[in-house]
Amino acid sequence: MIEIDGITKVYDGTAAVDNVSMIVETGTITVIVGTSGSGKTTLLRMINRLVEPTSGEVRINGDATSAEKPHLLRRRIGYAIQGHGLFPHHTVARNIGAVPELLNWSKGDIRARVDELLTLLAMEPAQFRDRYPAELSGGQQQRVGVARALASRPDLLLMDEPFGALDPIIRMRAQEDLRRIQQQLGSTIMLITHDMEEAIRLGDRVAVMDAGRLVQHGTPAEIVARPATEFVANMVGDVERPLRLLSLVPVSEIMEEGPAEGDALPAEASLRDALSACLWTGRDAVPVMRDGSGPGRVTLASIRARAERRA
Amino acid sequence: MPLPRSASALSPPGLLFAGLGLFLLVTPFMTLAANRIVAGEGLRAWALAGPGATGAGLAAIVAGLLFGAQNVRRRLRLGGAAIGLCGLFWLIVRGAPALLDGAGDYARVSPAAGFWALLMVFLLLMADALAQLSPGPLLRGGLLALGLAVLALLLGSGVLSDLSIAQEFASRKSAFVAATLRHLGLAFGSLAAAALIGFPLGILCHRKARLRRTVLPMLSFLQTIPSLAMFGIMIPILGWVGASVPGARTLGIAGIGFAPAFLALVLYSLLPVVGNTVAGLAAAPPAALEAARGMGMTVGQRLLRVELPLGLPVLLAGLRIVLVQNIGLAVIAGLIGGGGYGTFVFQGLNQTATDLILLGALPTVLLALVSAIVMDILVDLVRATPEARP
Repeated sequence: MIEIDGITKVYDGTAAVDNVSMIVETGTITVIVGTSGSGKTTLLRMINRLVEPTSGEVRINGDATSAEKPHLLRRRIGYAIQGHGLFPHHTVARNIGAVPELLNWSKGDIRARVDELLTLLAMEPAQFRDRYPAELSGGQQQRVGVARALASRPDLLLMDEPFGALDPIIRMRAQEDLRRIQQQLGSTIMLITHDMEEAIRLGDRVAVMDAGRLVQHGTPAEIVARPATEFVANMVGDVERPLRLLSLVPVSEIMEEGPAEGDALPAEASLRDALSACLWTGRDAVPVMRDGSGPGRVTLASIRARAERRA
Repeated sequence: MPLPRSASALSPPGLLFAGLGLFLLVTPFMTLAANRIVAGEGLRAWALAGPGATGAGLAAIVAGLLFGAQNVRRRLRLGGAAIGLCGLFWLIVRGAPALLDGAGDYARVSPAAGFWALLMVFLLLMADALAQLSPGPLLRGGLLALGLAVLALLLGSGVLSDLSIAQEFASRKSAFVAATLRHLGLAFGSLAAAALIGFPLGILCHRKARLRRTVLPMLSFLQTIPSLAMFGIMIPILGWVGASVPGARTLGIAGIGFAPAFLALVLYSLLPVVGNTVAGLAAAPPAALEAARGMGMTVGQRLLRVELPLGLPVLLAGLRIVLVQNIGLAVIAGLIGGGGYGTFVFQGLNQTATDLILLGALPTVLLALVSAIVMDILVDLVRATPEARP
């Protein structure tokens, strides 16, 4: 558990981060979203003490971060940044093994961990281990950056706009990968973005920051359904709200028995996918795949009813 | 249209070299003088000896120039340079004894302007042909070793001992060895001292912008002082130190000699070393440095694992500048009793003995050339980061 307790950073009399408190549960993704200048990067950098807080405290599993030497603290907190920051003169293996090397792991342990992570990220170890970052595509470089941040099995992974430099398609794939890896490893992640879409898709919790203050902290559904301030509402986007809400609800929630024409959707699809399928093919209902008991269906009317509940 | 085809079949620099070379063939190739001081009489290449002796050399020179001018077979251009060089030395080796024959006991023969200019043309041709082939660093090292071995063989075999410069050498063997050691000591010693001072200073300048803004202009200013003036300034300063600081004189510190020359060279070296250290360390990508800090590297680990390895080629390029510059500047040390090859140059100037000047100048040029090539090879070898593959 990560406890952020009344943390503040003042630069030249102005508070970049103003008395922010929040709790991040172990094994969850918290996405901090805000416009540029909202203080989200400063908040993140205070957690691994790249920036020293003016006041307040961060505790990881109960221990205050201020009690430890900064460079030792940082070795147990993963850190991935936009533009990956890989060392151009080191191979992929040496880049990923950088923190274990700092922690004096044995060569065999480092090698095994590097191969494990490359496999996890769908990069064939034998093919990629000895390449240099310049020989990789942007998406591969970004994955190596994430692997490096995960290498020493950190208590916490901080990610500062990790997908900012990727094109939309690769970005979507990277987000899915991160979700999958996080669930597989049970990592605790704090991720920064300025993209509400990304926040809603990735976060177990979303924290919205505005002018240094934490204006709302809750589940994606809460943020979309009940924005605490006008700023949050603007970030969510009024026009997009019903669709964003539907994207958070799986089809399984309102699936019913009954026949439907056409191609079936997978059970983990969202209501937004179902609505899109209905509209695009002019159907009033779409079939949904199910284990065991044959396909169910989702109707346009039930999607509409669900959207009107606004939660 | 025959024009595009012929344009690619011929090498433009090769054509220039061929034109220049053929013109230079009619300039005096060697001189014959009555003694080592007087100006000699210039002789053209075909007049050195009988046609049986000169014909092969002349043919090799012309063939070398023609091979160099074409652009169809690029390795042949390199071969042309080698054949041309063989021709040049063939003419010298065959011409010298023929000219001395019956010319008197004090007569001296030397290569003349034509020889030196043609030597230059063939070396440039060789450099151009090599640049076209772009060999890797190890192959370049091998070629350099081969060139030096051939040169050593040529000098050691005694076939050039009839030349005036060889006679100047023969009468100064021990002085030449001492001068060589002193010259190397000045050039490499000042390089080492400059590196010892310059690297830490460069690292400090990299970290502290205020220090950088003070130090770099000061070093630039030092660099603008003309070398003769710099050596001159050292005389009173070190003379005073030698006379007034106890123990300084026993360390060899005095107004003239090794100490002022060494100190002046170190001062000249600081700007390239410090400047390139700062530039090299700044070459590390900011995102990589941010990541290094974020993953828990200490200041020292960032320097050793990220900044220095990435900046090493630029750092070495700084040392290359210093080494080549100091090998040349050390000649001027001869003027204030610093020793080195400059001693021969200035003695030669005083005696108007051209070949004595060359005895100092030629090894200096060779030393600078070899150092530059070796340092370039080192820079290539440490460039560990591969370029992006297409």
